[in-house]
Amino acid sequence: MREALARNEAEGPQRPDAAPVPALLEGQGLLLEIGGKRLIDGIDIRIDEGRRTMVMGANGAGKSLLLRLLHGLIAPTAGGIAWRGGPLDRTARRAQAMVFQRPVMLRRSVIANLAFALKVRGLRGAMRQARINEALEKARLTDLARSPARVLSGGEQQRLALARALACDPELLFLDEPTASLDPASTQAIETLIADASRRGVTVVMVTHDLGQARRLADDIVFLHAGRVAESGPAARVLSSPRSEAASAWLEGRLFLDEPRAQS
Amino acid sequence: MLRRRFLTLAAAGLLAAGVSAPVQAQDTFIIVQSTTSTQNSGLFEFMLPKFQEKTGIEVRVVAVGTGQAIKNAANGDGDVLFVHARPAEEKFVADGYGVKRFDVMYNDFVVVGPPADPAGIAGSSDITDALKKIAEAKAPFASRGDDSGTHKAELALWEAAGVDVAAASGGWYRETGSGMGATLNTGTGMGAYVLTDRATWISFGNKGAYRIAVEGDERMFNQYGISLVNKEKLPNVKADLGQQFVDWVISEEGQQVIADYKIDGQQLFFPNARPSGS
Amino acid sequence: MQSFTAVLGDAVALILSGDASLMGIIALSLRVTVTAVLIACVIGLPLGAAVGAFRFPGRTLATVLLNSLMGLPPVVVGLVVYLALSASGPLGPLGLLYTPTAMVIAQTILVTPIVAALTRQVIEDLDREYAEQFRSLDVGPLARITALLWDARYSLLTVALAGFGRAIAEVGAVLIVGGNINHVTRVMTTTIALETSKGNLELALALGVVLLVIAILVNAAVMGLRASAARAAYA
Repeated sequence: MREALARNEAEGPQRPDAAPVPALLEGQGLLLEIGGKRLIDGIDIRIDEGRRTMVMGANGAGKSLLLRLLHGLIAPTAGGIAWRGGPLDRTARRAQAMVFQRPVMLRRSVIANLAFALKVRGLRGAMRQARINEALEKARLTDLARSPARVLSGGEQQRLALARALACDPELLFLDEPTASLDPASTQAIETLIADASRRGVTVVMVTHDLGQARRLADDIVFLHAGRVAESGPAARVLSSPRSEAASAWLEGRLFLDEPRAQS
Repeated sequence: MLRRRFLTLAAAGLLAAGVSAPVQAQDTFIIVQSTTSTQNSGLFEFMLPKFQEKTGIEVRVVAVGTGQAIKNAANGDGDVLFVHARPAEEKFVADGYGVKRFDVMYNDFVVVGPPADPAGIAGSSDITDALKKIAEAKAPFASRGDDSGTHKAELALWEAAGVDVAAASGGWYRETGSGMGATLNTGTGMGAYVLTDRATWISFGNKGAYRIAVEGDERMFNQYGISLVNKEKLPNVKADLGQQFVDWVISEEGQQVIADYKIDGQQLFFPNARPSGS
Repeated sequence: MQSFTAVLGDAVALILSGDASLMGIIALSLRVTVTAVLIACVIGLPLGAAVGAFRFPGRTLATVLLNSLMGLPPVVVGLVVYLALSASGPLGPLGLLYTPTAMVIAQTILVTPIVAALTRQVIEDLDREYAEQFRSLDVGPLARITALLWDARYSLLTVALAGFGRAIAEVGAVLIVGGNINHVTRVMTTTIALETSKGNLELALALGVVLLVIAILVNAAVMGLRASAARAAYA
């Protein structure tokens, strides 16, 4: 199931009702209210296997929350999430991984950070060691293997976080602005790792503010505004001729404010 | 490396704990419930090694106020009771907690006071008269106030003097609620008169300018008694070992040891055991 | 009353004299307190970590309880342990009253809430940082607790130190359950209390200085370890 699906630039994601096979991940009618505020206001989203989807939108649009909902870190107030047409249970969540904007490093060495994640996945002995070595090499962290993870630079830490996530062999990888605070070289290293993973068939859902990054990596774009999907479709089309006011304003660098968010 | 150091530290801690496995207590020891004033006098440190040398029995002394000592013994937490509050001891025996009480020795109480002598009682040998003067002058007086043998003796003397100290409590009459030494520390600190047993006073290290103001009244004699705790009532009692200690203390040899204990050439306790008991 | 420098001199002379009975008293103090702190850690670390990391009904109550128990008066603990271990008490047959073991029990009761309450705080703070990552990795409850405890180990050393400080300086409980028996249950603090009651204030103070020096040495050793850990970003 790991081979990439043929990319289809002309068509947007297929409608759920038309799909012959269930989507890899699908959220329907997602609603999230915290403290009486409706932060996610009725989102339907479909992630197809092998695609690279960029979630974009202004600050506070609900991008990070949407990622956390889809990954099962928080439960929606209403709505449902399906994994391959079934429930988003433990097995499903173990097929996913997430990299956060600020990498969470255990107070241990680089190698121990990788070992911890793999141990949770039940890998032991030589198998685990082989996976660790492979991850270190890919992330170009072999020389730093014994260093405490928290003395690494921001770019190195994010590379380690990504390597740790990929070492768990996920089918779906969530990334929440992984390069937001990194320099261009580090950003490029991260993008290379993401592209490699995608080439091996890993489905990618990523929040980004970086237009260039979206152009380089995105198959599809989901544009959020005020907790709703303002626009979604193939990256080339959305980025060149946005149909929604929110997306075109954002692309032109204008501040777009519409009616206040619905209160519950 | 740090991990190794952390583990080393933890191991060192565990080692310390392992070493601390309780020393196997031989059964050749007894516990004597006694009073702080006896302990503070240093008599036990002089006397007990001689007993242990002779019999091989180790004597472990728990020194608390007489009231607490009697209560602990009645709980079975001691094999021998060695205190100085005759009526309470006799009740202890009468209630079945003790086998028999023997007189051991006596010393006497003295009243110590500041050099200024605000009540004008220095050199007196009439305790009731002196206490009356203290009350009239409202001169500060520090009392144990802890239900100890000394405290009980002091209250009896106030009663004999016809002074109601309860009414003066918190005024010139100050109850420290602590041991003899602590009360002396407090009393000398606030310029108060203190009734103390002579032994504690002689060995007390913080006298400052204080002197004995009242001494020599026969009503101030302080009689010590010893009782074996009753095994029939409290089965844990080591009756055999405890009996050996009681017998030794009231024997000619034990009495001589008590008479031999001196600080700065002064004898602290005067043996007066009568083998027939009381 | 001598000057304070003279007392300090006395203290140094006391330590250097290597007096066997003083060394015995110091050794017993450390033995009792270190044992009590270790037992308190075995109980308090997992307990505090569980309260800090898990959400369950009554969690706030548990936190309030732990924090309140930190202020247990030693004399009350001493009394309770005395009543339990007394020959007339429920545990009387064990014959533990007036032994170092009784003192360890009393100090363990005093220190465990301190270790548990401070651990809860440390673990809760760390968990706030780790929670999303752990949830993402689908870390199980046991692995989560052990990972949090291990990663917080240097902060938890400070927690153990707080317990050590409370126990080594405590006199009320060990006096009641130990009985301050010479060569058996006499520790630093009960000796200080005894010498004070004998009016030997200089000796008592010198012993106090010795106690302080021991506390400083223990703290310095642990803090030194922690500082090097901080440099390596483990703390």
